[in-house]
Amino acid sequence: MSVWYWLVSWLPFEWAAPDTMLFMKNALLAVLVVTPLFGLLSTMVVESRMAFFSDALGHSAFTGMAIGAICGLAAPVGAAVIFSVVIALLFTLVRQKTHMASDTAISVFSSAAVALGIFLSTLGGQSFTKFNNLLIGDILSVAPAEIGLLALILLALVVLWVTSFNQMMLSSVHQALADSRGIQVFWKNFLFTAAIAVVVTITMTWVGLLVINALLVLPGAAARNIARNLPQYHLISVLGGIVCGIGGLMVSYYFGASTGASITLLLALWFFLTLLFKRAR
Amino acid sequence: MRLTKQHYSRIPMPGKPGTCRLQVKNLGVTLEGESILRDISFQLNCREIVALIGPNGAGKSSLFRSILGQIPYVGSIQFELAGGYPSHPKIGYVPQSPSFDRSCPISVLDFFTAAISRWPVFLPVPAPLREKVTECLSRVHGEALLHKRIGSLSGGELQRVLLALALEPIPQILILDEPLSGVDVGGEHLLLEMLDEIRQKYDLSILFSTHDFSTLRHYADKVILLQQAILKVGTPVEVLQSPEFQAVFHLNLGEEGGKPQ
Repeated sequence: MSVWYWLVSWLPFEWAAPDTMLFMKNALLAVLVVTPLFGLLSTMVVESRMAFFSDALGHSAFTGMAIGAICGLAAPVGAAVIFSVVIALLFTLVRQKTHMASDTAISVFSSAAVALGIFLSTLGGQSFTKFNNLLIGDILSVAPAEIGLLALILLALVVLWVTSFNQMMLSSVHQALADSRGIQVFWKNFLFTAAIAVVVTITMTWVGLLVINALLVLPGAAARNIARNLPQYHLISVLGGIVCGIGGLMVSYYFGASTGASITLLLALWFFLTLLFKRAR
Repeated sequence: MRLTKQHYSRIPMPGKPGTCRLQVKNLGVTLEGESILRDISFQLNCREIVALIGPNGAGKSSLFRSILGQIPYVGSIQFELAGGYPSHPKIGYVPQSPSFDRSCPISVLDFFTAAISRWPVFLPVPAPLREKVTECLSRVHGEALLHKRIGSLSGGELQRVLLALALEPIPQILILDEPLSGVDVGGEHLLLEMLDEIRQKYDLSILFSTHDFSTLRHYADKVILLQQAILKVGTPVEVLQSPEFQAVFHLNLGEEGGKPQ
């Protein structure tokens, strides 16, 4: 981390001065790790029409957290990850059976999961406030060890992408073709859904449930407006995510607002800009 | 001379008779307790183009899927090489295609590379692989489509790309599920000409399903009328003029054949 702090100290910001505002520097590093993560996932989320689906997954991750907390587990995150992977499996099954991302079915799952989460977390008259940070998220609270965890997840996702992206992409855009070329479509869909579930669950504490889906959808949606092939699509998605992530962190610092919300607003702005560009083309 | 099913298998068809053949005998498929196909027997010779026609739900896709080994069936499906040696055929399959979103940012190169190689296509495709894809596309005269987005392809262009995919690696049997749906008239002829060229060039047999009866006469060697069982087999004219055909489609087509409204 000291290398990182030293690097940051060259930046011309008041918070970048040596030995001050470590939380800001941690947050900046976390943003640099998290935004490419979401940028990569985002293109697949958009291409497989899973925007609503991923939103529902986020909600079930919250329920996982509540279940973890009520079981008195030392790390509710572990329980939440397991819970949301199970939900991901169920979702994939439902999607397979109904042959499409039926928004009604997703909505049923999602609202049931959230209701269960709120029910469990307020059981016996408990206050909900301890879960507030899951809803809004606080990237400024990220600790160096946690950034390490995020970096590991990024690494795992890159490995997954390098080994399975082709098959996951074919499974989602042309199932019959994927089938005929011997791809196990169900498991590839599940693998992708589980990847979303794990990422969403783990990053929820810092990004916040209410804006996490924006991070999953907006970078890809914006890139889709201007990209002409897959490499461009991914590059624009990841870069857009990083730039808006850093920008959002700055905005939240100078205006004193939530970081997650600031990043999302910038991403939304970026999306509309690309949309204008698409119209103009 | 009038052809019957029994005669048929002994008559040499275009190309080299007997070099290889697919023999389907007494095939039956039952899915979820419902009989989808029964007592299907026919033969597909090398360099032969066979069209499968029948109303929706007649079992055309199920027949394809049993030949592809994707669903369980009773009866036998055998493939013989020249000289009668049994073998497992390499089958190229062109599935029925969904229409892609127009703005879908996946290029033909990305799509093709993803299907035939392990190179992760979110990274730029290296030159040797790009050349290979170009070469594959040249088999369907589609080199110019390389950098187009799949969403911007016309129905005929998309079918050609999928055909090029099915030809990599070169199969012994090519199966196409409704290749003419969503293809305009010009595209239809181009595609069918191409199939004709491909069977000569690569010595393979072609089985395709279609609802377009107007082109059968010119491009199909043999037509199979299917509705759970095989109702009629023969040359296009024989099948199109048969009482079985009229009964199934409630159509009376003249010499030239025609397209149902």
